[in-house]
Formats: sequence, C-alpha cells, structure tokens
Amino acid sequence: MSDNTATGPDQFTGATPDNALRAADNADHGPMLAADGTPLKKSLNRALRRQKLRALMLIAPLLVFILVAFIAPIADMLFRSVENQIVADTLPRTTDGLAAWDSTSGEIPPPELFEGLYKDIFIASERKLHTRLGSRLNYELTGVSSLFRKSGRGVEDIGEVYQDQFEDFNEFWKDAENWNPLMGSAEWLEDMAGWDEKSGDRQPAFEIRDEVASVLPETAAMYETFAEFVQFEDEDNLLKEDPWAIVYSALYADLSAGADVASLSGPGSAELQEAAVAVADFETVDYSAAFEEIDKDWHSIEVWQTIQTYSPAYTSGYFLNAVDMKKGPDGPEMRPENERLYIKLFIRTMIMSLVITGSCILLGYPVAWILANLPARTANLLMILVLLPFWTSLLVRTSAWKVMLQQQGVINDTLVWLGVVADDSRLALINNQTGTIIAMTHILLPFMILPLYSVMKTIPPTYLRAAKSLGATDWTAFWRVYFPQSVPGIGAGSILVFILAIGYYITPELVGGTTGTFISNRIAYHISSSLNWGLAAALGAILLAVVLGLYWAYDKIVGIDNVKLGG
Amino acid sequence: MATNSTADAFVEFERVQKSYDGENLVVKDLNLFMPKGEFLTMLGPSGSGKTTCLMMLAGFETATHGDIRLDGQSINNIPPHKRGIGMVFQNYALFPHMTVAENLSFPLEVRKMGKSDREAKVKRALDMVQMGAFGGRRPSQMSGGQQQRVALARALVFEPELVLMDEPLGALDKQLRETLQFEITNLAHELGITVVYVTHDQTEALTMSDRVAVFDDGRIQQLAPPDKLYEEPENSFVAQFIGENNTLEGVVKEIKGDSCLVELDGGEVIDAKPVNVQKAGDRTRVSIRPERVEYNKNRLSPDAHTLKAEVLEFIYMGDIFRTRLKVAGTSEFVIKTRNAPDVERLVPGQQIEIGWLPDDCRALDA
Repeated sequence: MSDNTATGPDQFTGATPDNALRAADNADHGPMLAADGTPLKKSLNRALRRQKLRALMLIAPLLVFILVAFIAPIADMLFRSVENQIVADTLPRTTDGLAAWDSTSGEIPPPELFEGLYKDIFIASERKLHTRLGSRLNYELTGVSSLFRKSGRGVEDIGEVYQDQFEDFNEFWKDAENWNPLMGSAEWLEDMAGWDEKSGDRQPAFEIRDEVASVLPETAAMYETFAEFVQFEDEDNLLKEDPWAIVYSALYADLSAGADVASLSGPGSAELQEAAVAVADFETVDYSAAFEEIDKDWHSIEVWQTIQTYSPAYTSGYFLNAVDMKKGPDGPEMRPENERLYIKLFIRTMIMSLVITGSCILLGYPVAWILANLPARTANLLMILVLLPFWTSLLVRTSAWKVMLQQQGVINDTLVWLGVVADDSRLALINNQTGTIIAMTHILLPFMILPLYSVMKTIPPTYLRAAKSLGATDWTAFWRVYFPQSVPGIGAGSILVFILAIGYYITPELVGGTTGTFISNRIAYHISSSLNWGLAAALGAILLAVVLGLYWAYDKIVGIDNVKLGG
Repeated sequence: MATNSTADAFVEFERVQKSYDGENLVVKDLNLFMPKGEFLTMLGPSGSGKTTCLMMLAGFETATHGDIRLDGQSINNIPPHKRGIGMVFQNYALFPHMTVAENLSFPLEVRKMGKSDREAKVKRALDMVQMGAFGGRRPSQMSGGQQQRVALARALVFEPELVLMDEPLGALDKQLRETLQFEITNLAHELGITVVYVTHDQTEALTMSDRVAVFDDGRIQQLAPPDKLYEEPENSFVAQFIGENNTLEGVVKEIKGDSCLVELDGGEVIDAKPVNVQKAGDRTRVSIRPERVEYNKNRLSPDAHTLKAEVLEFIYMGDIFRTRLKVAGTSEFVIKTRNAPDVERLVPGQQIEIGWLPDDCRALDA
C-alpha cells in the first residue's frame, strides 16, 4: 500500500530488448545505423541470411522428397478429376464437327460428321484407343463401351469397300512397294534404301512428297498418319506394310473431289491418272448408314449428346457425378433418385466419424485423466498399454474385432450366456455401422488419449485445490476449472481422430458390410475395380475440401492456437 | 513445546499425526492453538511437515490421527470446499482461462451470490490490493507480483476468517517480496483475519508474523514471537535455523541458577545461560549471535571469561563489518559489528580476545 509503483506494468529503464524496440519505433531521424554505417536492418538481414540458408539446406532433402513423392502425385491424381482430353484426342474430327451441332434439334448429326467419325474410330482402333474411350464414355452413358468396341471392328469393313475397288481396278494399289514411291519424297526413299533394318538404327522418318501433298491432301495426311504409326508405334518397316483401308477411302475422296492429278509426275502417276478417271464409277459408301448398320445406337441422339457434352478438354462431369448430379443438355441436373449414392455416403461418413470422435472423447478422457494423475512409474506402465495397439498390425486388430463381434462371436456368446439377449435374437454387431463404430473407436482411441494426456499433464493439480478452497464442489471444480483447460487437448484429439476417421479405409472395408462403409471405400473401388479414376479423384478432392473446410471452421470457432498436442 | 491452550482458540491441532506410507510419520504429535486474528508462520526446512500441516488444515490431506478444530468445530470430516478457508498458493493458481475479475468472481458464484453483489465485492477486493485496473486481464498478461496480488484478493474476496498461504512469495524477486510481505501483514491486520503462513524464508517469518512455529522432523521445535525466537532459541536447531549463529561444543561443568560454566572441547571455559541442559556433565552446544560478541574489553565485565581468537577474514558490508575468526578450534566463528566511527576495523592475522554477556550465550542441547 505504500509502494504504488509496483502495481503498474513492468517498465524498466535502460537497455532492454523492449526499450530498444521502442526506441527504434520512435526514431524519426532516419534508419538506425550499424557500427559500419550501413542501415541496421540491412546488416541484420545479412547476418540472418546465413542462418536462414542453413535452415533451408537442412530441410531441403525432405522438402524435395515430399514434393516429388507426395505433393506431385496427389496434384496429378486430383488433376484427373477434371481432365477429359481423351474424347477430343481420340475423336478430333468428330468433336470439331459436333461443335456446330445443335443437340436440342432432335436430329442426329449430318452425314459429313460420320465421315469424320469413321476416320477417328479407324485410327483409334488401329491404335487400340477406341475401347479406352468407350469405357470413359460408358461412365456417362451405359452401353457406349460396347458400341465403340463393335465400331472398332466395323470400320474395317467400311474401308474395305474402297480398298477392294481400287485393288480390283489395278493390282498396282495392292502393294506397299508401289505406294511408298508415290507418296514418299525422293530424299526419304533414298534414306530408306540406305537403311539396314537389322542394324538397329532408327528408321528414317517418312516424308511426304510435296506435290502429292498439294494434289491429294487427304490421302497425304492419312498416309502420314499411317506411316508414323507403322514406323514408330509398331516399329515395322514401312516399305513392307500395305496401307490401311482408310488410305484408300481418303484417296477416293481426293480423286472424286477432282484432284488435279495431271499435274503430278513421277512413279505411279500414270496409275493415279487412270484411277482418277475410274473412280467416277466406284460404288460409294454412305457413312451414316454404314454406322447405323454397325450399331443402330449411332443414330441415337443420346449417344451424340454424350459425346458432345464430354468433348471439352476439361469437364466438371466427374465432380457432378461425385455429388449425384450429371450434365444434361440444359446444364447440371440431379440424377434420378435410385442412382444417387455419393451425397448419402458423404453424410454417412461425416456422421459416423463424428460418432467415433465422440466415443473416443468419452472413453479417452477418463483414461487420460488417470494417466495424468498417477505417479510417473504407474503412468508409464499404463501408457504402454495405451500404445500397445500401435505395435499390432491394423489388420490383426480389425480381424480380432471380426471374431469378437460376429453373431456367433465372443461378445454375443457372452451376452447369451449371461441371458442378456436370447439365443435367437443375437445382436448384429458386425457388417453394419455398429461394427465400424466399435472397431474404429478402438483403433483411433490412442490418438485421442495421447494429446489429452499431454495437455492434462501440464494442468497443475493446484488449480483443482484452489477451486475447492474457494468453495467449489468436486464437480464444479472439474467442470469450471479443469475441463476448460483440457479443451485444447480435446480439440487436438478430435481433429486427429476425426480427420483420420473420415478417410479410413481398411476397417470399414472389413467390418462395415454394406451399411458401414465410408466414402473412402467407394474411392478405393473406383481406383481398383471400376478404374474410373476421374470419379475417384473427384471424390477424393471433395473429401479433401471437406476436411480443409472443417479445419478452417474449427480454426474460426475454437482457434487452432488453442490446440495443443503437448507441452 | 510451547502450547498456548486457551478456551477461545480459533484453530486447534490436537495430537495430530500424519503418515503417507504407513511407516514414517511426517507429522509427529502436533499440538497448536491459534487465537482469532493471529498471523502465525510455519517455518522450517523442506520435508519438515509444515506444508502437510497446512494441507491438513485446508482439507487436502487427512490427518492419520488426532483432531483439527476450527472455531471449536472438528473439521476432520468436512470436505475442503465447505471449510470456508481462503488459500494462496505458491504458483498463484489463478485460473488461466478466466480473467482476473472472473477469477475473483468464481468463489462468489459457487456461493450463489447475485451478480451486482459479486461485482461490488470483486471491485472492492481488487482495489484492496491495488489491482482495480486489471479486472479484464488474463493471468498470463501480468507479472508474478501482480498475479500474486490477484491471488491474494481471490483468497480474501469471499471474506474467509482464516486464510492459508503456502509460500506465496517464493517465486518473486527480493524487492517485490519485501513490498508484498508488508502489504500482506497490513491487510491481515486491517481485515482482522487469521493467517497461517508457510515459508522456508526465516526473514519473511520474522518480519511478518505474530508468532512463528519452527518445524523440523515433523515436530514444532519452538513456537514463539519473532523476537523471542531469535533471541531465546530453545534448542540448537532453532538457534541454527533462525538467523546467523555461532556454535561451540562442550560439556557443562557447573550450573549455578541462571548461569553455568561450560568447558569447551578445546579446554577453554566460558560463561553461559543454561537453557536446555539439566545437569553438570551434559554435553552441550552453546549458541552466540554474531552481533552479541564483544572484543572491546572495556565493554566486558572484568570477571567475564574470554576466548583467544585470530582474525581470518574481514568483510566490509556497508552498514556492518563481518569478521570471521578462528576460535576454540573452529574457523567458522563470525562476529558482526556496526559500522561506527569508534569501532576498530580488524585486520586478518590479528590476535584478539572475545567475550560476551552470559545471558547472550545459551547452552542448548547437544
């Protein structure tokens, strides 16, 4: 009462770090200078740079490892959720043509488009890509997969119509040795002559003859595609390979369009001029009708709508699919009731994770409290029991629960023996949500106990004593004084358990049956069974976003600073 | 043992024993009677049982045997929260998740006091320790001294008649400690509360208390007002523990009423006051306070026994001189003299003769 100065905040005079900072703030006469006259900030930064560099060097290996082995694959995987280049890459001509098609007109695309489709599918089937596209589009429209597989075989027949006519007209068109001198440039032919197939050297890349390219553009383009495929994908000798049937179709198209073959000289020009005259009498192919013959689905609007919808290189289709929606002609729409699955699954995953987190708190809190209040020796011993599950395989623990929880399992047997349940009404504890919740609570319990314990360890028992000495009952002292201080531990444990639970896979897979599975089981299914990686990636991305969103919400409500894992 | 048994004792320990392991007694046969309004300090080295006594009084430990009474009522079976005893802890124990005002309001809330009453009392208590402006702060935003003031206010806000303090100033620096010692004693006397104060700092005990109970080995070695404790220690533990003390060992030669002759182990004979010796032939430790030793022959009575001493060390301490001597075989004999113009400053190596009044030299137990 005499010394009032002691009640204010501590204010020391003299050289303390605080005072130095205050002085620096108040300095209005230019920047503080170091002894050598450079600004103090600059020399401080220079002094710290070495330390920072060294710190960076120390973490660099791990940083690189994580970037390469963790971040990059995840980014790549998530990217698949929007990636859709396969349609435009496989059917370039078709998707170009479809851009102008009005899907709401009720008409199937015009016949010209079918010619493009023919070329696309022909090339794709040579490259064996058409089935892959088929399965991709099959995710959106059932039946497309078999449609493409059928068409891959069918386009060969369409091409043969022209091939046969050319070959019947003149044997010349049959052989690769006639085609190559006609199409290839002189230099390339020379290179090929000097190339020894057995030497292992790379085959000289095909070069088109410029005159041919200008007179027969489509044939040249198709032959180039063919040559590139033979030379570098099949790695066969181009000189010995007869051209694809589609090259004849292209030649027919060029010639019937009135190509100026007279201006062409060199090998095969005579035969070409003869053929140019003859094509007028050739039987033509109606591509649209030909495709209808392969499968009448090609004249179904729905197929074309699907192809058009999924033409762009990037699509929101997977994400829509992941939230039970789909792309309709009029924009996104909900799927029919009976096809909805994922939203329900997401909600179920969240609710079950919350229940698991809640039961972990209920079971873990008293254990952590006991551990924190026992003498160190006993506490360490008990801590080993808590940690014991960590040293046992997850699979073993989950399988043990299978044994325990079955209808004829240990728990049911015990309950029947005790007479708690009748023998004919044994509890269904496994292959449902109960099973998942029981097993996962057990497996994740240590993740709740450990942060709780380390936080409780830092709460001195004097707080409880103080509260009691102030008149609080045991319960009030606990609830008003101890519990609020242990909340950071609950927060840390809950975040850990919830985030682990929401992405858990093995345990729900083994004990969850059909009703106790999580979204992660669905993701695994799409990764390994249905091979719909795009959808798996979209589901994964949504899961990640939900977790980050919850984390953000937690930070806003509770504050992440209040989370303590220890100390 | 000094017991002050009165009918109106406010706090009573009667034959209290405490054992934690069933083999050793931490508190052995404690008898203590405190009148209302007394400031009593329990002083002792760590492990002497003083904190255990405090905890038994607060209700956090139960006595193994004996009776503890508060205002005539046995409180052995009353839980801590019903005892209505205020308590201040060494580490303050302010609830970190509450503001200062909420901390103070807590004991009033659990007593179901109305909001306006609470606010008035909290404000009064904070003003009492000059922390009125800090109501909205969190404990972590305050210095140790400020926290302890708040802790004190919290222990007083529900107006307990008895307040226990468990080394409340132990974690503070010296200057702050002295300020707070003064404030605490003043507050206690102003409010008329009874205080049991535990400390191992003898200066604190001497400056603050009405009476000091010196604990050692589970017993009260002496219970007396500070001056008596310092000047008239009843046994050699108290003499050693309280203040600086010179000890010489020897055998009692002769007891004559109020004085006795002690033959030291080196053969020298000195005068002493028999305190804790029964008969001639007993071994004894004589205790002399450094400031009671005299080497100016003019001030000693002519028939006083003196001892030869050699100056080993002379330390100038400002207000006093501290001189270490070699006396009767011990080289740890210290004398203190006031820094005054007429006092001779001794020089190491100098041979002097020292003596004292027989009353200042107490023959205690060996």
